[in-house]
Amino acid sequence: MAGKTLYDKLWEAHVVREEADGTCLLYIDRHLVHEVTSAQAYEGMRMAGRKQWRKGSVVANPDHNTPTKDWDKGIEDPISRLQVETLDSNIKEFGALVYFPFKNANQGIIHVIGPENGTTLPGMTVVCGDSHTSTHGAFGAFAHGIGTSEVEHVLATQTLVAKKAKNMLVRIEGQLGLGVTAKDVALAVIGRIGTAGGTGYTIEYAGSVIRSLSMEGRMTVCNLAIEAGARSGMIAPDEKTSAYLKGKAHAPKGADWDAAVAYWNTLRSDDDAVFDVVVEMRGEDIAPQVTWGTSPEQVLPIGSRVPDPSKESDPTKRTSIENALKYMGLTANTPIEEIKLDKIFIGSCTNSRIEDLRAAATVLKGKKKASNITLALVVPGSGIVKRQAEEEGLDKIFTDAGFEWREPGCSMCLAMNADKLSPGERCASTSNRNFEGRQGQGGRTHLVSPQMAAAAAIAGHFVDIRTQ
Amino acid sequence: MKAFTKIDGLACPLDRANVDTDAIIPKQFLKSIKRSGFGPYLFDEWRYTDHGEPGMDCSTRPLNTSFVLNQPRYKGAQILLAKENFGCGSSREHAPWAIEDFGFQVIIAPSFADIFYGNCYKNGILPIVASHEVVDKLFAECSASEGYRLKVDLESQTVTMPSGASFTFDITPHRKHCLMNGLDEIGLTLQHADEIRAFESRHKAAQPWLFA
Repeated sequence: MAGKTLYDKLWEAHVVREEADGTCLLYIDRHLVHEVTSAQAYEGMRMAGRKQWRKGSVVANPDHNTPTKDWDKGIEDPISRLQVETLDSNIKEFGALVYFPFKNANQGIIHVIGPENGTTLPGMTVVCGDSHTSTHGAFGAFAHGIGTSEVEHVLATQTLVAKKAKNMLVRIEGQLGLGVTAKDVALAVIGRIGTAGGTGYTIEYAGSVIRSLSMEGRMTVCNLAIEAGARSGMIAPDEKTSAYLKGKAHAPKGADWDAAVAYWNTLRSDDDAVFDVVVEMRGEDIAPQVTWGTSPEQVLPIGSRVPDPSKESDPTKRTSIENALKYMGLTANTPIEEIKLDKIFIGSCTNSRIEDLRAAATVLKGKKKASNITLALVVPGSGIVKRQAEEEGLDKIFTDAGFEWREPGCSMCLAMNADKLSPGERCASTSNRNFEGRQGQGGRTHLVSPQMAAAAAIAGHFVDIRTQ
Repeated sequence: MKAFTKIDGLACPLDRANVDTDAIIPKQFLKSIKRSGFGPYLFDEWRYTDHGEPGMDCSTRPLNTSFVLNQPRYKGAQILLAKENFGCGSSREHAPWAIEDFGFQVIIAPSFADIFYGNCYKNGILPIVASHEVVDKLFAECSASEGYRLKVDLESQTVTMPSGASFTFDITPHRKHCLMNGLDEIGLTLQHADEIRAFESRHKAAQPWLFA
């Protein structure tokens, strides 16, 4: 019999029951909750008179709507305020293991606070009403986004009704060049397999390049699994995983710690495990990436030119390129390095952790943003990240370079709060989606790594970080 | 949830690949704490030429007349024809809520994004995966013939075109059962509460730190 993949093992360890057609009830260990996708679920619970199954599984905090400055003024938008207050009252009524309300010192983006408080652990099933829940797979957890009906289902039953996905292995061997980051790896994978390439699969990322990444880097890679179409991405835990978790607020302690680490060491794909699809890449082949279009798969290495639709033979793809160029205000064959920018955004659940801020600050130290950059924002992923960065003096480097140093939250990744692009504005962003209107109606988003965003801020246009 | 058994409905073709959930329902409408009322804002940035905000009266907003949903021949459409990877992007269930509230009950596409696909079933919407050839044929016929209607029958898992030609589609028995009977999945799951409790005890004994 063939061996098992990491995903097979995590799945089997959580099956409560299985129907004849393969539909399973899957037990959920950790339920992350934020304000945008939970209100209707709690309301459903109330209407049906249902009790929450296990409040100890819930980690919650508002992040999408919260402002990133002038916290003393509260939330000015009344609709956003109501949504955040609704989360406050729902958590008060139903309970949670951890709740950081708006303005709490540890509040932040839900996918940043889960790991940094030790509430995301290897071997767990982790869900949240947010597609970037795939982030937590970096710890060797099975983690994926769910809709609001499923949020309610997990609140009421601690389970999900689910069918197992297929197994995809993305193996990246070799090593990354200087200036090439986890973000570039993730974007290069999306460029290779497309935004639907992972649909129906769980991706396991492996190989020496993945193992060489820090936990922050691994979170960036798994965060972007959903942009390759896979609900869930994962990386087998190793000594870096346990080193990251040791001593975190909710990580196991004492004898539990030793037992946990012993179990975590078993969480890896067997040597003879069979994957339905294997994608192989070399770290040396990956250059810093920049998206030029309105889908994360519309990505190219720096040094390339914007594509020419007349050279595309597939009519659907040709139309997509034409639509994207029109929306993005770009001309075919323009060198990417000649694309001028208006705004810079460093933040989001993809790239707002301490390592991301350190990397951007290293590029910016002693430099100033170009005069054509009207706004450059740094939004730390959490209060903990913010304090750490301030202790290291990173905030000063950013503000000296002309950046604004903000309070934590999702901010301009999806522009539900006041941080957004105006129509036609062009932004180098460390976030995860370059969809039309994502950062503000008519706004134009180019996805890049924190280093590339910082270098673009100084030059006013994209540059190859490797030549800086 | 409303039950779905069969419909004979007007089809509307949305000729665009990778339609994402930000396009289906832009973020400003996600601030609502209700499940209903999203239909007027479906595809807001494509449907209207002004900037939409929650609570706006959409009956007086300027329409993008070239957008397919605004064409009079597609008024009252219940079946959305779409291209590959429909519903990619975020997990927001507001997307199927908006589609359902607008009046669509069926979406036919060559492929769907996983989370969106699952969310449809929770809201009485039937997402049908058909081959590229079939979808291309439906687009061509629908664009060529005003008043193009399809008959969708969940019991027999069949879609019938005006010509009488038909194709079948796949659906898991569990999803079919829930959709045909409009079942509350939570109620069904809670019938297995004892099994969940038994699993939980074993799980806690093996990994007590998960329950600390």
